[in-house]
Amino acid sequence: MTDATAGGMSAGPDRRSASLLTADPLMRRRNAAETRFRLYGVAAIMISLSMLFIMLWTIFSDGVSAFRQTSLTMAVTLDAERLDPQGNRARDDMMKVTTIGYTNLLNDALKSYMEARGIDTGEVSDRELSAFISRDTPAQLRNQVIANPDMLGQTIEVKGFATGRIDGYFKGRVTRETAQVDTNISVAQLELADQMREAGILTVGFNWKFLTNTDASDQRPEAAGLGIAIIGSAYMMLLVAVFVLPIGVAASIYLEEFAPKNRWTDLIEVNISNLAAVPSIVYGILGLAIFINFAKFPQSSPLVGALVLTLMTLPTIIIATRAAIRAVPPSIRDAALGIGASKMQTVFHHVLPLAAPGILTGTILGLASALGETAPLLLIGMVAFVANYPSGPLEGGMLEPATALPVQVYSWASRSDPAFIERSSGAIIVLLAFLLVMNIIAIVLRRRFERRW
Amino acid sequence: MNDMRIVERAVETRNIKISARGVQVHYGDKHALRDVDVDILDNTVTAFIGPSGCGKSTFLRCLNRMNDTVAVAKVSGTILLDGEDIYDRRVDPVQLRAKVGMVFQKPNPFPKSIYDNVAYGPRIHGLTRNKAELDEVVEASLRKAALWNEVKDRLQEGGTGLSGGQQQRLCIARAIATSPEVLLMDEPCSALDPIATAQVEELIDELRASFSVVIVTHSMQQAARVSQRTAFFHLGNLVEYGETGAIFTKPSDPRTESYITGRIG
Ligand SMILES: Nc1ncnc2c1ncn2[C@@H]1O[C@H](COP(=O)(O)OP(=O)(O)OP(=O)(O)O)[C@@H](O)[C@H]1O
Ligand SMILES: [Mg+2]
Repeated sequence: MTDATAGGMSAGPDRRSASLLTADPLMRRRNAAETRFRLYGVAAIMISLSMLFIMLWTIFSDGVSAFRQTSLTMAVTLDAERLDPQGNRARDDMMKVTTIGYTNLLNDALKSYMEARGIDTGEVSDRELSAFISRDTPAQLRNQVIANPDMLGQTIEVKGFATGRIDGYFKGRVTRETAQVDTNISVAQLELADQMREAGILTVGFNWKFLTNTDASDQRPEAAGLGIAIIGSAYMMLLVAVFVLPIGVAASIYLEEFAPKNRWTDLIEVNISNLAAVPSIVYGILGLAIFINFAKFPQSSPLVGALVLTLMTLPTIIIATRAAIRAVPPSIRDAALGIGASKMQTVFHHVLPLAAPGILTGTILGLASALGETAPLLLIGMVAFVANYPSGPLEGGMLEPATALPVQVYSWASRSDPAFIERSSGAIIVLLAFLLVMNIIAIVLRRRFERRW
Repeated sequence: MNDMRIVERAVETRNIKISARGVQVHYGDKHALRDVDVDILDNTVTAFIGPSGCGKSTFLRCLNRMNDTVAVAKVSGTILLDGEDIYDRRVDPVQLRAKVGMVFQKPNPFPKSIYDNVAYGPRIHGLTRNKAELDEVVEASLRKAALWNEVKDRLQEGGTGLSGGQQQRLCIARAIATSPEVLLMDEPCSALDPIATAQVEELIDELRASFSVVIVTHSMQQAARVSQRTAFFHLGNLVEYGETGAIFTKPSDPRTESYITGRIG
């Protein structure tokens, strides 16, 4: 009887006699398939990791040098004759001395300072020597003197940037070979730079000004900084988070838990999915038309940028939030409704806390993509050269012109001086640091919500 | 003596708590329940028995309008609770469910602490005035559900960290903490060991003093032990309904007899 049934199934007798110690052919095939699949997986991960590594490596190797900068320190006697010809210390009269006057003063001062320190300028002409001083320095000095006329007549120590080429020499970007074909710098200047560095006139140090300065014109890349871009991006992230979270979460809760399932909600659903796929530049055009041309919000302001980015991230966040809400097991809703909780109570006491980690993840992903978004911001004018810091968030700073980190990356990358390329990579590092901070905040918040039982 | 008690019981169970007439349930195209007429008495344990998929849970969920949450479910017919139609447009199902509590087939504790699980109902219904009272309600409910001794030292730990049977008892405690008038229990003992089952059955018998209890069970013995009335469902029809003793000793329908004796199911 048993034999008959066993014989009926072809594998029966074989199976029964086979030893467990040797794998049968089918088992071997299954194991081989599994091994192959694992190898594919490992290979895929290795490829992505190496890409990531290459990307980070290029960014860091190009960009880290933006955080170091060569400075030129010298003693300058603020000659009252030259800086205040009228001699009355009146602000208006002193304003008449332009930066050119200060430039000449600094050029002369550097020359005499070199003589005093006993450094022979050799073949380097006066003109070439003055090319060591960044154009930023006279402007800074002028502001300082006008703000504080008592300084006139004193001898002070002035520490300013060295020009981009000299800075590039110490960072390895400019070499004697490149100097021979570069009209902006000569080998003799580089040799003098070496001497000046030994004498402590040129020093290389951490460049805080890269993080605090405003952008600078093409002639003085060494003075360009990210200050306004950082403020602009921070304002926008703050505003986007404030706008997008309540709207996105409320819309998702309504659609998931309260809305009737009918043709209208289906239509809305399809539209939300489609909006998530709309190219971001389209949102820029929309923002330009609505917020600037129609609502007359100030151009280039973080408020408008944030509104545009909110529109752009909203669909993503709604989709992520709805997925998180849907992932809450229905039995939890039943349990709450079953003991007489209202729909609101069910959602706010049980569903939302369980969905919170997912919602946070979605929000951070949305904010991260908003942080790196460039195209729509170009359209609303955030690429403009902004010379003044916006004021604090409570003093209406969000309505004043600013730029954003990715826009700054873009605009520096398109300038000709290689010193700007270095800054462009440096700005990417700052952008990545921003992302890291946002992710850490998300992880901390998620830990807080995710009380596992 | 024994006879005396039965007579007493018959007297006190006369008033009808829930009266269902012509209840039909459709899940989309599927006709899950046909023409069910049942009177559920106060201070009585009513057992619903029947093969899997015959509509016991469906009918139970009609009694506290949990079927409202199933988009495809359509309920028709009338169900009166104390003479009032619970499907009337003026009835708020939330208010109804505070009166008609439910223990679900699968244990579904909240992912919160044991204490919060039990305290949730009293909290949202404002049944207690202070923490001490709430503590009391929580303890009493857990004791009734035969869980107190196992969890009294870890009330602040998670409810989902309990074993399956403990979770089910936690859900029972949660349901009785709101002191409903009717308690619907969908296979409350399916995950319990014999000792816990006996405790829950004892609880059900106690609850009968103050509530009306409806219990779905797959165990004939349990139905015979705890219930005074039994309803037998088969393929969406209510086949037979009456005194438990009568159903088990002399069923009038052949289908009931085959089910009870284990021939269909
Ligand atoms: N949400 C639903 N959607 C569609 N059909 C459903 C739904 N819930 C139940 N049904 C169907 O209704 C019928 C009755 O189901 P019900 O859950 O009431 O059975 P039951 O008697 O409780 O069975 P069991 O003893 O296995 O719990 C089944 O055929 C089931 O497929
Ligand atoms: Mg069931």
